Amino acid sequence: MKPTRLNACGDWVLDRFPVSKFWNEHMAHYYAPKNFNFWYFFGSLALLVLVNQIITGILLTMNYKPDAKLAFDSIEYIMRDVPWGWLVRYMHSTGASAFFIVIYLHMFRGIMYGSFKHPRELIWIFGMLLFVALMAEAFMGYLLPWGQMSYWGAQVIISLFSAIPVIGDDLSLWIRGDYVIADATLNRFFAFHVIAVPLVLVMLVFMHIVALHEVGSNNPDGIEIKESKDPWGHPVDGIPFHPYYTVKDIVGVAVFLLFFATVIFYMPEMGGYFLEHANFIPADPMKTPEHIAPVWYFTPFYSVLRAIPDKFAGVIAMGGSIVVLFLLPWLDRCPVKSIRYRGGIFKKALFLFVVSFIALGYLGTQPVTPVATILARLFTTIYFGFFLLMPIYTRWEKTKPVPKSLTKDHSLEEQLHAIEEQLPALIEEITELKPVATEIGHPAFKSSFFNRRPNPVGIKNVATRLAKKLIESLD
Amino acid sequence: MKKLIILLLLTLSFGAIANEEIELQSANIDLSNNESLQRGAKHFVTYCLGCHSAKHIRYLRIAIDVGADPQKVLKDIAPEGASIYDQLHSAMNKHDAEKWFGTQPPDLSLIARSRGADWLYSYLKSYYIDPTKPLGVNNLVFKDTAMPNPLWQLQGEQHAEQRKTIYGEYTKLVIEEPGTLSEKDFDLFVNDLVNFLVYVGEPVQLERQRLGKYVILFLLVFLVIAYLLKKEYWQDVH
Amino acid sequence: MNNKGMDKSKRQFLTSALTVVGAVGSGYLAIPFLAQMQPSVKAMAAGAPVEVDISKIETGQLIRVAWRGKPVWILNRTPEVLATLRTLDSELRDPLSNESDQPPSSKNPGRSIKPEIFVAVGLCTHLGCSPTFRPEIAPNDLGEQWKGGFFCPCHGSWFDLAGRVYRGVPAPSNLEIPPYRYITDTRIIVGESSEEKKA
Repeated sequence: MKPTRLNACGDWVLDRFPVSKFWNEHMAHYYAPKNFNFWYFFGSLALLVLVNQIITGILLTMNYKPDAKLAFDSIEYIMRDVPWGWLVRYMHSTGASAFFIVIYLHMFRGIMYGSFKHPRELIWIFGMLLFVALMAEAFMGYLLPWGQMSYWGAQVIISLFSAIPVIGDDLSLWIRGDYVIADATLNRFFAFHVIAVPLVLVMLVFMHIVALHEVGSNNPDGIEIKESKDPWGHPVDGIPFHPYYTVKDIVGVAVFLLFFATVIFYMPEMGGYFLEHANFIPADPMKTPEHIAPVWYFTPFYSVLRAIPDKFAGVIAMGGSIVVLFLLPWLDRCPVKSIRYRGGIFKKALFLFVVSFIALGYLGTQPVTPVATILARLFTTIYFGFFLLMPIYTRWEKTKPVPKSLTKDHSLEEQLHAIEEQLPALIEEITELKPVATEIGHPAFKSSFFNRRPNPVGIKNVATRLAKKLIESLD
Repeated sequence: MKKLIILLLLTLSFGAIANEEIELQSANIDLSNNESLQRGAKHFVTYCLGCHSAKHIRYLRIAIDVGADPQKVLKDIAPEGASIYDQLHSAMNKHDAEKWFGTQPPDLSLIARSRGADWLYSYLKSYYIDPTKPLGVNNLVFKDTAMPNPLWQLQGEQHAEQRKTIYGEYTKLVIEEPGTLSEKDFDLFVNDLVNFLVYVGEPVQLERQRLGKYVILFLLVFLVIAYLLKKEYWQDVH
Repeated sequence: MNNKGMDKSKRQFLTSALTVVGAVGSGYLAIPFLAQMQPSVKAMAAGAPVEVDISKIETGQLIRVAWRGKPVWILNRTPEVLATLRTLDSELRDPLSNESDQPPSSKNPGRSIKPEIFVAVGLCTHLGCSPTFRPEIAPNDLGEQWKGGFFCPCHGSWFDLAGRVYRGVPAPSNLEIPPYRYITDTRIIVGESSEEKKA
């Protein structure tokens, strides 16, 4: 390459605009832990889906008509008469579902590896705000096709606001701008969906990333890589984001796109989950479909709503199921971040939570039956139990010692130090087992801990010990 | 942990309770069968378009997609005086429809996407004589349907009979007065019609599946190169 | 971190390969995105050929029909007008329509299939305004030189009654003649050329 005028022109810009500074801060000199695994793909994928939604969304607005009389037909116009309109529309509708899949996995990663804990509470809060904004975006976007599900789904969700005492009815009327969901509602939802909420989303994404790059990324081991640095001031366990994680994320993007393309080209309706069958019938304010269900990504929260027999309490519970997520950094009292070094109780609780979240999601797509309601209540209880009992069960959690750094070859001194740190925990474990063993006085007991028969005395001992611990933890 | 999983699986399986519905007969959908689609289009215009429109599809699009000459489509399929660019509009006016059927016949462009092919296929075959109804007919799949059976001359008149087996009671439809078509021909007739409706529901379906192959092939190549590059760079990291 | 044994050329090659493949992919993705801004089938349907009955146009009368949303003029020219047209060549920029847009069947001095029936797209070739029809000779506002024609009010371009542009006005070429053909003596169809039909 010649040092030409082009270069000079480039330098002229760089002198005045901090491109390289920005690049270095966030890519080339941003040190990320080197042990990111599968779960760390979903942040960048969420960004990719956001870009997809914005581009395809802009293209859709070019042919979509936000008018109750024209909206439904304009979607079919896009699907049939506009060149490639079907592809753009399927990319957008599939992208909406993909967004939630990616975000749910991203959030699960955060919970699993304690990414919400000190010093990353604010990242979590921004993330949760993003989640709420995303739900608003998806909800308002779902009205736009003006099909039966769009219409009645919006009717149900907006009616939730009417449950609020005193101002409820006026509030829902104000949101709709009419006595039912109508042209005015469609028009304002269009405005929110295409410009207001996307602006908020983009701003929050910016803040989410800035906050993340300020404190640095967490990792599957939950170690602060900034605490051990090499003589040049770089984290020993860190590698520059670019090129290492850019090339890795591209692999993730390729795999994601394979799934994404498969859905778009071979199963855009996804069996009625991504595009609901009833939404191919134009909205009819006179006739509710026999079975209405929100799109799959809202169903866990919808199940919580249906599980509560009281209208207002149901709305509170549904709101609460999202609010508790915000409080997570303060509910979890365990100092250890990663699930790898956390106690069994947390692992079990998290497992139960995931199962109940999925179960609630499934139940939300199904019609109400007495059995389904009982199950929904059970899983709602588990859902809230996971969060609200967290301050209790995370305190007497038996954690494993967390390594100081990821790099294996430690000096002798460091190794000694690590053993020294682990020692009290080991001693505690041994001494704790002892009293039970001696009291039973059965020599075989020690060797085959798990094969023993139920022993009333032993069970009583364990129970008293648990009770004692529970009381201690409350101090 | 294992016990937990088993317990949860058990509770979930209780939740999945099958709804009791009439078993649908499955339609044989083949969108690449142009003859079937052309017959279906002809049937649609002859038997459905009197009341139902399919306003999201144009004759020209049908001609291109089923591989027929536009002029031939205009001559053989489209009603008198239609332009090749016209959508499949119904001749019946809305006011009359309300008066005759108490409701407007729905547009059928998307019926296959909202109801499904099997439902349509079974529905069109499940009319039976029921003198208690205003139209004199009822339908097994769609009870108290407001639509008269447009195909009764072809199929003949069916009667519902209750039959008992060791598995329980069920309703069987028996043709009492044969129509102009044999049972096999009638099945083919309905199948062609449903095939056409599935096509009309999403005309781009075949095109999208054809393109999908190339996109996925391309992404696989991209993935391989991306993976090699990642492997190359990550040699540095220990 | 260990940079020993790093194969720079391999990295360079793989990076370039991925960039090229990625660029090709983005290129292909851009096609549908750009193509979706092309006229849709609806616009094409609206732009379908239009049939016009010309038997009712009196001599000297001009009617306007819409084809692809554009005004199309159909003018029944008088014998006097046809005579005047033959005398104008020296004042015109392109009297034989060599640099103008018309189907071959209209590439003649009168710019029409049948001499008296003149069909043209009524949009000025300068910047797309629709000129006004001024058949009168030497009106006060246009002056002595005006021999009847089309006058564009936006930027003052002059065209004669064969849609040919005068010298010294902003419009670069003669008015566009759309493809059209006669179905019968009294019916024409605008949007289909007679050449296409024969082929």
